[in-house]
Amino acid sequence: MTVNVPSPARRRKRIWANRYLYMLLVPCVVYFMVFSYAPMFGLVTAFQEFKYSKGIWGSPWVGFDQFRYLFGLKDFYRVLGNSITLSVLRLLLCFPVPIILSLMLNEIPFPRYKRVTQTFIYLPYFISWVIIGGIMVNLLSPTWGIINMVIKSLGGEAVFFLGKDRYFRGIAIISHIWKQAGWDTIIYLAAITAINPDLYEAATIDGASRLKRVWHVTLPGIRSTIVILLLLSVGGLMSNGFEQMRILQNGSNLQVSDVFETYTYRIGLVNGRLSFASAVGFFNSVVGFVLLTCANFIAKLCGEEGLF
Amino acid sequence: MTSPALPRKTVRNRVLRSRSDYLLEGFSTLVVTLLAIFCLFPFVYVFFVSFMSYEEYIANPLRIIPAQFTLTAYAKVWDYALIRSAYSVSIRVTVLGTLLSVFLLIISAYPLSRKQLGGRKVIMGMILFTMYFNGGMIPNYIIIRAIGLHDTLGVMFIPWAIGAFNLILMKNFIQQTVSESLEEAAKVDGANDIYILFRVVVPLIKPAIATMIVFCAVTFWNNYYLAMMYVSSRKLWPLTLVLRELVVESTSDISTVSQMLTAENRAHPFTLRMAAIVITIAPILVIYPFMQRYFIKGLSLGSVKE
Repeated sequence: MTVNVPSPARRRKRIWANRYLYMLLVPCVVYFMVFSYAPMFGLVTAFQEFKYSKGIWGSPWVGFDQFRYLFGLKDFYRVLGNSITLSVLRLLLCFPVPIILSLMLNEIPFPRYKRVTQTFIYLPYFISWVIIGGIMVNLLSPTWGIINMVIKSLGGEAVFFLGKDRYFRGIAIISHIWKQAGWDTIIYLAAITAINPDLYEAATIDGASRLKRVWHVTLPGIRSTIVILLLLSVGGLMSNGFEQMRILQNGSNLQVSDVFETYTYRIGLVNGRLSFASAVGFFNSVVGFVLLTCANFIAKLCGEEGLF
Repeated sequence: MTSPALPRKTVRNRVLRSRSDYLLEGFSTLVVTLLAIFCLFPFVYVFFVSFMSYEEYIANPLRIIPAQFTLTAYAKVWDYALIRSAYSVSIRVTVLGTLLSVFLLIISAYPLSRKQLGGRKVIMGMILFTMYFNGGMIPNYIIIRAIGLHDTLGVMFIPWAIGAFNLILMKNFIQQTVSESLEEAAKVDGANDIYILFRVVVPLIKPAIATMIVFCAVTFWNNYYLAMMYVSSRKLWPLTLVLRELVVESTSDISTVSQMLTAENRAHPFTLRMAAIVITIAPILVIYPFMQRYFIKGLSLGSVKE
């Protein structure tokens, strides 16, 4: 980097010349200060016994007490276990789906048919989790749901799927694929379009079959996209999406469905233990950030581009 | 007839398509088709059941296409005063939120795309950082209360007014489409930056603006989180909150099957819930065919890493 320090006078002149641009940026800077950085500062409440009446400045400091209490809590390990189990399942079962799907979409020989199916598989992404979850809850309901109607008409017993621990994770994974998998293909399809067509031609001349071309040209061509999205997934191992979990959660599946987001919400906003919930959130944010940084570092070690 | 055709066919087969290639195409088409059906079927089912009379549904719950289309369920849903007020809240939140969001994205992305602006990198870095680290639920809640935004219409869109990801897409798009020389030319003519932004830049980035309108409108229409966190009075409930009460809560917080048949559940028959779902997703379904071309372009247009 060239060190190019302009004289104060020239600097002032440059700032003055761009004054309108700076003015345009003011709302944006204020927005991020208020809605992103002020809450980050608000994480200090995790080291306090926060009371609304006293505010952030007046609440007493308690050091690491909240964390000590948290790490001694049995609930914490259950929530941690649930969060990580669901995330790992999502990484194993949901992450590969859009990759395989985009490779397959790319092999469909009828362009118009391909476009129609794309329209259908993107659609759930635009529907709120309340609706997606609501439809799941209703289709699986023991009294009204069509799935139980089919079971009953075949002579079986109705099953309260969302009330049973062993079905919950499967339902969470399937509903996630339903809502997200199609949409996630867009980014891979864009990466596939960017692959140099000469590579396919060369492979064809060398006698490679379609399957071989997918394996040796398409997949390597989208590798860096896969790595970036994998990094983001690893960074998100601690988060499961509040909306989905909140909608699918109920009193009888809490044992497996309670994750950091819903736990923080219940402890902090329902039970009003703000500082303790803030400590849970702090732990969650920091671990998530550390995971992301580590994953990014490893990706760079392996010669990939990384996120930052 | 066959002998002259044979060599040509073999050549074509060897070079262009072998049997395994056809197999791959067929298999891919089949799998994608099944997934498309899996994605679409629940919506189709909900749609048909919502037009069924409750008696017909009870008589034969496995029926998918109603023998007679009736609007009874819709009439009942619309009778529910909370649904009507929620519809109007959702519309207001979506319109105001989209206008504010897109305006802020335009005026913020433009300066950030200009290379001559000192401090640009620092601000970009600070914005990027918010994508990877955040204060979390409780500090956000404390801040929103502290500035008196909770339980207002504004709390359902102001906290999400600028999406960092959208801002970066927009900035990259401006960088790619608006050349510095164009800007220089306008400057020589004596135009200031604000004039250039609205008269020169905005007409050039219309496709990006259309994409952002689609993204923002869908986000605000579907938003559930902000309303749930910060809105308490029922008259400010958007559709998503009402839907949760109507469609999800009445079935889920119950531990045994027998408890499902409470009076409360009978008050919300199945067909009525399905109708409530349909009227909530209807606006999205109506504009979906028009917006499809924008969102696909939108995701690819700005996704060049800086």
